[in-house]
Amino acid sequence: MEQFFNTAVISDNFTYFMIGRFPNGPLGGLGLTLYLAVVSCILSFFGGLLLGLLSISRISWIRLPALACINLVRGMPLLMVIFWMYFLMPALFGKVPESQTVIMALSLFTSAYMSRIVVAGIEGIPKGQTEAAISTGLTHWQTMRYIVLPQGLRNMIPSFVNQFVSLIKDTSLAFIVGVSELTHVATQINNRTMAFPTEIFVFIAFVYFMLCYAFTSLSRWLEQRLAWRKAI
Amino acid sequence: MLSYQFDWSIITSGKYHDWLVAGLKTTLQLSAISIVLSFLLGLLIAVMRMGHNRPARWFAHAYLEFFRNTPLLVQLFFWYFGSYKILPTAVNDWLNSVGFEFGAAVIALTIYTSAFIAEDIRSGVLSIPREQMEAARSAGFSYLRSMQYIILPQAVRITVPPLVNQFLNLAKNSSLAMTIGVMELTYQARQVESYTFKGFEAFTAATVVYVLLSLLITFLVNVYNEKVLNIHKGA
Repeated sequence: MEQFFNTAVISDNFTYFMIGRFPNGPLGGLGLTLYLAVVSCILSFFGGLLLGLLSISRISWIRLPALACINLVRGMPLLMVIFWMYFLMPALFGKVPESQTVIMALSLFTSAYMSRIVVAGIEGIPKGQTEAAISTGLTHWQTMRYIVLPQGLRNMIPSFVNQFVSLIKDTSLAFIVGVSELTHVATQINNRTMAFPTEIFVFIAFVYFMLCYAFTSLSRWLEQRLAWRKAI
Repeated sequence: MLSYQFDWSIITSGKYHDWLVAGLKTTLQLSAISIVLSFLLGLLIAVMRMGHNRPARWFAHAYLEFFRNTPLLVQLFFWYFGSYKILPTAVNDWLNSVGFEFGAAVIALTIYTSAFIAEDIRSGVLSIPREQMEAARSAGFSYLRSMQYIILPQAVRITVPPLVNQFLNLAKNSSLAMTIGVMELTYQARQVESYTFKGFEAFTAATVVYVLLSLLITFLVNVYNEKVLNIHKGA
Protein backbone atom coordinates (compact mmCIF):
# COMPACT_ATOMS: atom_id res chain seq x y z
CA MET A 1 0.00 0.00 0.00
CA GLU A 2 1.14 3.50 -0.76
CA GLN A 3 2.47 5.35 2.23
CA PHE A 4 0.15 8.22 3.15
CA PHE A 5 2.79 10.75 4.07
CA ASN A 6 6.15 10.13 2.45
CA THR A 7 8.81 11.73 4.64
CA ALA A 8 11.72 10.53 2.52
CA VAL A 9 11.15 13.23 -0.10
CA ILE A 10 11.59 15.82 2.65
CA SER A 11 14.59 14.29 4.36
CA ASP A 12 16.40 13.54 1.08
CA ASN A 13 16.09 17.16 -0.03
CA PHE A 14 16.32 18.76 3.38
CA THR A 15 19.57 20.67 2.80
CA TYR A 16 18.31 21.85 -0.56
CA PHE A 17 15.12 23.15 1.09
CA MET A 18 17.15 25.00 3.71
CA ILE A 19 20.07 26.58 1.84
CA GLY A 20 19.77 25.57 -1.81
CA ARG A 21 23.12 24.84 -3.45
CA PHE A 22 24.82 27.17 -1.02
CA PRO A 23 28.43 26.23 -0.37
CA ASN A 24 28.96 25.31 -4.04
CA GLY A 25 26.50 27.73 -5.59
CA PRO A 26 24.19 30.62 -4.81
CA LEU A 27 22.19 30.69 -1.58
CA GLY A 28 18.65 29.39 -1.98
CA GLY A 29 15.72 27.93 -0.11
CA LEU A 30 14.89 29.14 3.38
CA GLY A 31 18.24 30.95 3.61
CA LEU A 32 17.39 33.10 0.60
CA THR A 33 13.86 33.69 1.92
CA LEU A 34 15.33 35.08 5.14
CA TYR A 35 17.93 37.12 3.27
CA LEU A 36 15.25 38.71 1.05
CA ALA A 37 13.02 39.40 4.05
CA VAL A 38 15.76 40.92 6.23
CA VAL A 39 17.26 43.14 3.52
CA SER A 40 13.83 44.34 2.37
CA CYS A 41 12.81 44.95 5.96
CA ILE A 42 15.80 47.21 6.63
CA LEU A 43 15.32 49.12 3.38
CA SER A 44 11.59 49.51 3.89
CA PHE A 45 12.09 50.73 7.45
CA PHE A 46 13.98 53.74 6.12
CA GLY A 47 11.71 54.01 3.08
CA GLY A 48 8.64 53.94 5.30
CA LEU A 49 10.10 56.50 7.70
CA LEU A 50 10.92 58.83 4.82
CA LEU A 51 7.55 58.42 3.08
CA GLY A 52 5.73 58.75 6.39
CA LEU A 53 7.49 61.99 7.29
CA LEU A 54 7.01 63.41 3.78
CA SER A 55 3.33 62.51 3.81
CA ILE A 56 2.66 64.64 6.91
CA SER A 57 4.78 67.56 5.77
CA ARG A 58 3.03 70.93 5.93
CA ILE A 59 4.36 71.87 2.49
CA SER A 60 1.80 70.67 -0.04
CA TRP A 61 4.17 70.03 -2.95
CA ILE A 62 6.08 67.59 -0.73
CA ARG A 63 3.04 66.03 0.93
CA LEU A 64 0.87 65.42 -2.14
CA PRO A 65 3.40 63.50 -4.27
CA ALA A 66 4.28 61.36 -1.24
CA LEU A 67 0.60 60.61 -0.59
CA ALA A 68 0.04 59.82 -4.26
CA CYS A 69 2.99 57.44 -4.26
CA ILE A 70 1.76 55.69 -1.07
CA ASN A 71 -1.78 55.29 -2.36
CA LEU A 72 -0.64 54.12 -5.76
CA VAL A 73 1.52 51.35 -4.27
CA ARG A 74 -1.07 50.38 -1.69
CA GLY A 75 -3.68 50.09 -4.43
CA MET A 76 -1.63 47.59 -6.41
CA PRO A 77 -1.18 43.90 -5.78
CA LEU A 78 2.40 43.02 -4.83
CA LEU A 79 2.61 40.82 -7.88
CA MET A 80 1.98 43.86 -10.07
CA VAL A 81 4.74 45.81 -8.26
CA ILE A 82 7.13 42.92 -8.90
CA PHE A 83 6.22 42.85 -12.60
CA TRP A 84 6.73 46.60 -12.87
CA MET A 85 10.17 46.35 -11.29
CA TYR A 86 11.06 43.31 -13.33
CA PHE A 87 10.16 45.21 -16.43
CA LEU A 88 11.39 48.74 -15.59
CA MET A 89 14.67 48.06 -13.77
CA PRO A 90 16.45 46.59 -16.82
CA ALA A 91 15.12 49.45 -18.98
CA LEU A 92 16.51 52.03 -16.53
CA PHE A 93 19.65 50.41 -15.10
CA GLY A 94 20.59 47.69 -17.58
CA LYS A 95 20.93 44.12 -16.38
CA VAL A 96 19.82 43.66 -12.75
CA PRO A 97 19.79 40.30 -10.95
CA GLU A 98 16.28 38.97 -10.21
CA SER A 99 16.86 38.84 -6.48
CA GLN A 100 17.66 42.57 -6.45
CA THR A 101 14.56 43.29 -8.52
CA VAL A 102 12.50 41.45 -5.93
CA ILE A 103 14.20 43.25 -3.04
CA MET A 104 13.41 46.60 -4.68
CA ALA A 105 9.77 45.59 -5.26
CA LEU A 106 9.32 44.25 -1.72
CA SER A 107 10.96 47.33 -0.22
CA LEU A 108 8.84 49.75 -2.21
CA PHE A 109 5.65 47.83 -1.42
CA THR A 110 6.39 47.46 2.28
CA SER A 111 7.59 51.08 2.59
CA ALA A 112 4.12 52.25 1.58
CA TYR A 113 2.58 50.16 4.35
CA MET A 114 5.30 51.08 6.87
CA SER A 115 4.68 54.77 6.19
CA ARG A 116 1.14 54.38 7.55
CA ILE A 117 2.52 52.76 10.71
CA VAL A 118 4.98 55.65 11.08
CA VAL A 119 2.21 58.23 10.69
CA ALA A 120 0.02 56.41 13.23
CA GLY A 121 2.95 56.25 15.65
CA ILE A 122 3.67 59.97 15.29
CA GLU A 123 0.00 60.87 15.70
CA GLY A 124 -0.13 58.70 18.82
CA ILE A 125 2.24 61.06 20.67
CA PRO A 126 0.23 63.72 22.55
CA LYS A 127 0.24 67.16 20.93
CA GLY A 128 1.35 68.73 24.20
CA GLN A 129 4.79 67.19 23.71
CA THR A 130 5.30 68.92 20.36
CA GLU A 131 4.01 72.20 21.74
CA ALA A 132 6.26 71.96 24.79
CA ALA A 133 9.27 71.17 22.61
CA ILE A 134 8.61 74.05 20.25
CA SER A 135 8.10 76.47 23.13
CA THR A 136 11.52 75.49 24.56
CA GLY A 137 12.99 76.73 21.30
CA LEU A 138 13.49 73.54 19.30
CA THR A 139 12.80 73.78 15.58
CA HIS A 140 10.10 71.66 13.98
CA TRP A 141 12.65 69.18 12.67
CA GLN A 142 14.49 68.97 16.04
CA THR A 143 11.17 68.30 17.79
CA MET A 144 10.52 65.41 15.43
CA ARG A 145 14.08 64.09 15.70
CA TYR A 146 14.58 64.29 19.49
CA ILE A 147 11.09 64.26 21.03
CA VAL A 148 8.43 62.68 18.84
CA LEU A 149 10.26 59.99 16.86
CA PRO A 150 12.14 58.32 19.74
CA GLN A 151 8.86 57.77 21.60
CA GLY A 152 6.78 57.10 18.51
CA LEU A 153 9.18 54.55 17.07
CA ARG A 154 9.13 52.55 20.29
CA ASN A 155 5.36 52.28 20.09
CA MET A 156 5.63 51.19 16.47
CA ILE A 157 7.87 48.19 17.20
CA PRO A 158 5.03 45.61 17.44
CA SER A 159 3.56 46.82 14.13
CA PHE A 160 6.99 46.68 12.53
CA VAL A 161 7.38 43.08 13.63
CA ASN A 162 3.95 42.27 12.14
CA GLN A 163 5.03 43.92 8.92
CA PHE A 164 8.16 41.75 8.95
CA VAL A 165 5.92 38.67 9.19
CA SER A 166 3.99 39.88 6.13
CA LEU A 167 7.30 40.43 4.40
CA ILE A 168 8.40 36.83 5.08
CA LYS A 169 5.15 35.64 3.57
CA ASP A 170 5.49 38.03 0.64
CA THR A 171 8.95 36.78 -0.28
CA SER A 172 7.20 33.68 -1.61
CA LEU A 173 6.14 35.80 -4.60
CA ALA A 174 9.79 36.01 -5.66
CA PHE A 175 9.01 32.60 -7.11
CA ILE A 176 7.27 34.29 -10.04
CA VAL A 177 10.47 35.83 -11.43
CA GLY A 178 12.51 32.71 -10.74
CA VAL A 179 14.36 33.62 -7.55
CA SER A 180 15.12 30.30 -5.88
CA GLU A 181 13.70 30.99 -2.41
CA LEU A 182 11.80 28.41 -0.39
CA THR A 183 8.61 28.30 -2.52
CA HIS A 184 10.58 28.15 -5.75
CA VAL A 185 12.75 25.35 -4.38
CA ALA A 186 9.58 23.50 -3.37
CA THR A 187 8.07 23.75 -6.85
CA GLN A 188 11.41 22.62 -8.32
CA ILE A 189 11.48 19.55 -6.10
CA ASN A 190 7.81 18.98 -6.83
CA ASN A 191 8.44 19.07 -10.57
CA ARG A 192 11.37 16.70 -10.24
CA THR A 193 9.82 14.10 -7.94
CA MET A 194 6.32 14.41 -9.42
CA ALA A 195 4.54 12.18 -6.90
CA PHE A 196 4.64 14.04 -3.57
CA PRO A 197 3.04 17.49 -3.87
CA THR A 198 1.05 17.10 -0.64
CA GLU A 199 4.13 16.28 1.42
CA ILE A 200 6.24 19.05 -0.09
CA PHE A 201 3.71 21.86 0.25
CA VAL A 202 2.58 20.83 3.73
CA PHE A 203 6.23 20.78 4.78
CA ILE A 204 7.07 24.26 3.50
CA ALA A 205 3.79 25.60 4.89
CA PHE A 206 4.98 24.38 8.29
CA VAL A 207 8.41 25.92 7.83
CA TYR A 208 6.83 29.30 7.01
CA PHE A 209 4.37 28.84 9.82
CA MET A 210 7.01 28.21 12.48
CA LEU A 211 9.03 31.20 11.35
CA CYS A 212 6.06 33.58 11.14
CA TYR A 213 4.44 32.29 14.30
CA ALA A 214 7.63 32.94 16.26
CA PHE A 215 7.62 36.57 15.11
CA THR A 216 3.87 36.99 15.64
CA SER A 217 4.32 35.79 19.21
CA LEU A 218 7.24 38.18 19.66
CA SER A 219 5.08 41.05 18.45
CA ARG A 220 2.28 40.15 20.91
CA TRP A 221 4.77 39.91 23.75
CA LEU A 222 6.26 43.31 22.86
CA GLU A 223 2.80 44.82 22.68
CA GLN A 224 1.98 43.60 26.18
CA ARG A 225 5.29 44.84 27.51
CA LEU A 226 4.74 48.27 25.97
CA ALA A 227 1.22 48.43 27.38
CA TRP A 228 2.66 47.56 30.77
CA ARG A 229 5.36 50.22 30.49
CA LYS A 230 2.78 52.82 29.60
CA ALA A 231 0.62 51.84 32.55
CA ILE A 232 3.27 52.74 35.14
CA MET B 1 14.53 52.42 -24.26
CA LEU B 2 14.43 55.57 -26.34
CA SER B 3 13.28 53.63 -29.37
CA TYR B 4 10.22 52.36 -27.46
CA GLN B 5 7.03 53.22 -29.35
CA PHE B 6 4.00 53.72 -27.18
CA ASP B 7 0.85 52.25 -28.63
CA TRP B 8 -2.06 52.88 -26.34
CA SER B 9 -4.58 51.75 -28.92
CA ILE B 10 -3.95 48.09 -28.06
CA ILE B 11 -5.51 48.51 -24.64
CA THR B 12 -8.43 50.71 -25.66
CA SER B 13 -9.87 48.44 -28.34
CA GLY B 14 -9.37 45.18 -30.18
CA LYS B 15 -8.37 41.69 -29.14
CA TYR B 16 -5.97 42.63 -26.34
CA HIS B 17 -8.50 45.03 -24.86
CA ASP B 18 -11.00 42.16 -24.76
CA TRP B 19 -8.46 39.96 -23.00
CA LEU B 20 -7.95 42.55 -20.29
CA VAL B 21 -11.69 43.03 -19.84
CA ALA B 22 -12.17 39.28 -19.58
CA GLY B 23 -9.38 39.23 -17.00
CA LEU B 24 -11.04 41.95 -14.97
CA LYS B 25 -14.29 39.98 -15.06
CA THR B 26 -12.56 36.87 -13.76
CA THR B 27 -10.85 38.90 -11.01
CA LEU B 28 -14.17 40.35 -9.88
CA GLN B 29 -15.94 37.00 -10.10
CA LEU B 30 -13.22 35.23 -8.14
CA SER B 31 -13.19 37.97 -5.49
CA ALA B 32 -16.98 38.13 -5.20
CA ILE B 33 -17.44 34.38 -4.74
CA SER B 34 -14.53 34.15 -2.31
CA ILE B 35 -15.59 37.12 -0.19
CA VAL B 36 -19.08 35.70 0.37
CA LEU B 37 -17.75 32.26 1.26
CA SER B 38 -14.97 33.62 3.45
CA PHE B 39 -17.40 35.86 5.31
CA LEU B 40 -19.56 32.85 6.19
CA LEU B 41 -16.57 30.71 7.10
CA GLY B 42 -14.98 33.57 9.03
CA LEU B 43 -18.18 34.10 11.01
CA LEU B 44 -18.28 30.42 11.91
CA ILE B 45 -14.63 30.41 12.98
CA ALA B 46 -15.09 33.61 15.02
CA VAL B 47 -18.08 32.16 16.87
CA MET B 48 -16.15 28.94 17.52
CA ARG B 49 -13.16 30.94 18.75
CA MET B 50 -15.25 32.88 21.25
CA GLY B 51 -17.58 30.08 22.36
CA HIS B 52 -17.34 27.85 25.40
CA ASN B 53 -16.76 24.55 23.65
CA ARG B 54 -13.10 23.81 24.35
CA PRO B 55 -12.26 21.60 21.33
CA ALA B 56 -14.02 24.05 18.98
CA ARG B 57 -12.11 26.94 20.51
CA TRP B 58 -8.84 25.12 20.22
CA PHE B 59 -9.56 24.20 16.61
CA ALA B 60 -10.50 27.79 15.70
CA HIS B 61 -7.36 29.10 17.39
CA ALA B 62 -5.13 26.68 15.50
CA TYR B 63 -6.95 27.48 12.26
CA LEU B 64 -6.44 31.23 12.71
CA GLU B 65 -2.78 30.97 13.60
CA PHE B 66 -1.96 28.50 10.88
CA PHE B 67 -3.64 30.17 7.93
CA ARG B 68 -2.59 33.68 8.92
CA ASN B 69 1.04 32.69 9.30
CA THR B 70 1.62 30.89 6.01
CA PRO B 71 1.99 32.58 2.62
CA LEU B 72 -1.09 32.59 0.41
CA LEU B 73 1.00 31.35 -2.52
CA VAL B 74 2.00 28.22 -0.61
CA GLN B 75 -1.62 27.59 0.36
CA LEU B 76 -2.63 28.06 -3.25
CA PHE B 77 -0.04 25.53 -4.39
CA PHE B 78 -1.15 23.14 -1.70
CA TRP B 79 -4.78 23.24 -2.85
CA TYR B 80 -3.82 23.11 -6.49
CA PHE B 81 -1.11 20.44 -6.47
CA GLY B 82 -1.40 18.61 -3.21
CA SER B 83 -5.00 18.46 -2.10
CA TYR B 84 -6.28 15.57 -4.23
CA LYS B 85 -5.00 13.04 -1.69
CA ILE B 86 -6.88 14.46 1.27
CA LEU B 87 -10.08 15.63 -0.43
CA PRO B 88 -13.01 13.23 -0.81
CA THR B 89 -13.66 11.98 -4.34
CA ALA B 90 -16.92 13.93 -4.54
CA VAL B 91 -15.09 17.22 -3.91
CA ASN B 92 -12.41 16.34 -6.45
CA ASP B 93 -15.08 15.58 -9.04
CA TRP B 94 -16.86 18.82 -8.29
CA LEU B 95 -13.58 20.76 -8.62
CA ASN B 96 -12.90 19.14 -11.98
CA SER B 97 -16.36 20.04 -13.17
CA VAL B 98 -16.10 23.75 -12.29
CA GLY B 99 -12.60 24.10 -13.66
CA PHE B 100 -9.92 22.97 -11.28
CA GLU B 101 -7.81 26.14 -11.37
CA PHE B 102 -10.72 28.38 -10.51
CA GLY B 103 -12.00 26.01 -7.82
CA ALA B 104 -8.59 25.70 -6.17
CA ALA B 105 -8.20 29.49 -6.23
CA VAL B 106 -11.61 29.93 -4.60
CA ILE B 107 -10.75 27.42 -1.86
CA ALA B 108 -7.34 28.95 -1.16
CA LEU B 109 -8.55 32.56 -1.17
CA THR B 110 -11.61 31.70 0.92
CA ILE B 111 -9.67 29.91 3.62
CA TYR B 112 -6.89 32.49 3.73
CA THR B 113 -9.29 35.45 3.90
CA SER B 114 -11.67 33.76 6.35
CA ALA B 115 -8.90 33.70 8.95
CA PHE B 116 -8.46 37.48 8.65
CA ILE B 117 -12.21 38.09 8.61
CA ALA B 118 -12.67 35.96 11.73
CA GLU B 119 -10.16 38.17 13.55
CA ASP B 120 -11.95 41.32 12.34
CA ILE B 121 -15.28 39.97 13.54
CA ARG B 122 -13.75 38.94 16.84
CA SER B 123 -12.34 42.38 17.51
CA GLY B 124 -15.73 43.82 16.55
CA VAL B 125 -17.45 41.55 19.07
CA LEU B 126 -14.86 42.29 21.76
CA SER B 127 -15.61 45.99 21.35
CA ILE B 128 -19.25 45.37 22.42
CA PRO B 129 -19.41 45.75 26.23
CA ARG B 130 -19.55 42.43 28.12
CA GLU B 131 -22.63 43.55 30.01
CA GLN B 132 -24.70 43.19 26.84
CA MET B 133 -23.91 39.49 26.68
CA GLU B 134 -24.58 39.09 30.40
CA ALA B 135 -27.89 40.96 30.10
CA ALA B 136 -28.92 38.83 27.12
CA ARG B 137 -28.02 35.62 28.91
CA SER B 138 -29.89 36.66 32.05
CA ALA B 139 -32.92 37.52 29.91
CA GLY B 140 -32.97 33.85 28.96
CA PHE B 141 -31.23 33.83 25.56
CA SER B 142 -28.86 30.95 24.91
CA TYR B 143 -25.24 31.77 24.01
CA LEU B 144 -25.90 31.32 20.29
CA ARG B 145 -29.16 33.30 20.38
CA SER B 146 -27.53 36.18 22.30
CA MET B 147 -24.83 36.22 19.64
CA GLN B 148 -27.40 36.10 16.87
CA TYR B 149 -29.80 38.77 18.14
CA ILE B 150 -27.77 41.04 20.42
CA ILE B 151 -24.03 40.93 19.82
CA LEU B 152 -23.50 40.14 16.13
CA PRO B 153 -25.89 42.76 14.67
CA GLN B 154 -23.99 45.46 16.53
CA ALA B 155 -20.59 43.94 15.91
CA VAL B 156 -21.21 43.51 12.17
CA ARG B 157 -22.14 47.19 11.93
CA ILE B 158 -18.72 48.30 13.14
CA THR B 159 -16.98 45.44 11.31
CA VAL B 160 -18.20 46.62 7.89
CA PRO B 161 -15.19 48.88 7.14
CA PRO B 162 -12.56 46.21 7.90
CA LEU B 163 -14.62 43.68 5.96
CA VAL B 164 -14.80 45.94 2.92
CA ASN B 165 -11.03 46.37 3.19
CA GLN B 166 -10.70 42.60 3.25
CA PHE B 167 -12.60 42.52 -0.02
CA LEU B 168 -10.04 44.91 -1.45
CA ASN B 169 -7.20 42.74 -0.16
CA LEU B 170 -8.92 39.75 -1.66
CA ALA B 171 -9.21 41.41 -5.07
CA LYS B 172 -5.49 42.20 -4.92
CA ASN B 173 -4.56 38.76 -3.58
CA SER B 174 -6.56 37.10 -6.34
CA SER B 175 -3.72 38.16 -8.67
CA LEU B 176 -1.76 35.23 -7.23
CA ALA B 177 -4.22 32.89 -8.92
CA MET B 178 -2.33 33.57 -12.15
CA THR B 179 0.42 31.25 -10.89
CA ILE B 180 -1.93 28.29 -11.20
CA GLY B 181 -3.32 29.47 -14.52
CA VAL B 182 -6.51 31.33 -13.63
CA MET B 183 -6.87 33.92 -16.36
CA GLU B 184 -7.50 36.95 -14.20
CA LEU B 185 -6.38 40.54 -14.74
CA THR B 186 -2.68 40.17 -13.92
CA TYR B 187 -2.46 36.98 -15.98
CA GLN B 188 -4.00 38.75 -18.96
CA ALA B 189 -1.71 41.76 -18.60
CA ARG B 190 1.24 39.39 -18.64
CA GLN B 191 -0.28 37.60 -21.61
CA VAL B 192 -0.69 40.83 -23.57
CA GLU B 193 2.93 41.69 -22.77
CA SER B 194 4.24 38.40 -24.09
CA TYR B 195 2.15 38.59 -27.28
CA THR B 196 2.82 42.22 -28.17
CA PHE B 197 5.92 43.30 -26.18
CA LYS B 198 3.78 46.26 -25.08
CA GLY B 199 4.32 45.55 -21.41
CA PHE B 200 4.22 49.18 -20.39
CA GLU B 201 0.73 49.70 -21.78
CA ALA B 202 -0.62 46.38 -20.52
CA PHE B 203 0.71 46.82 -16.97
CA THR B 204 -0.48 50.42 -16.89
CA ALA B 205 -4.00 49.31 -17.79
CA ALA B 206 -4.03 46.63 -15.08
CA THR B 207 -2.51 49.00 -12.50
CA VAL B 208 -5.05 51.71 -13.25
CA VAL B 209 -7.89 49.23 -12.78
CA TYR B 210 -6.53 47.98 -9.45
CA VAL B 211 -5.85 51.49 -8.16
CA LEU B 212 -9.30 52.74 -9.21
CA LEU B 213 -10.92 49.79 -7.45
CA SER B 214 -8.90 50.57 -4.35
CA LEU B 215 -9.74 54.30 -4.42
CA LEU B 216 -13.42 53.52 -4.91
CA ILE B 217 -13.48 51.16 -1.95
CA THR B 218 -11.53 53.56 0.27
CA PHE B 219 -14.00 56.29 -0.65
CA LEU B 220 -16.99 54.07 0.20
CA VAL B 221 -15.45 53.14 3.56
CA ASN B 222 -14.89 56.81 4.38
CA VAL B 223 -18.50 57.64 3.52
CA TYR B 224 -19.73 54.74 5.66
CA ASN B 225 -17.55 55.84 8.57
CA GLU B 226 -18.89 59.37 8.41
CA LYS B 227 -22.55 58.71 7.65
CA VAL B 228 -23.21 55.50 9.58
CA LEU B 229 -20.66 55.35 12.37
CA ASN B 230 -20.23 59.12 12.75
CA ILE B 231 -16.45 58.83 12.85
CA HIS B 232 -14.83 61.91 11.42
CA LYS B 233 -11.26 61.96 10.24
CA GLY B 234 -8.95 63.86 12.54
CA ALA B 235 -11.51 63.92 15.33
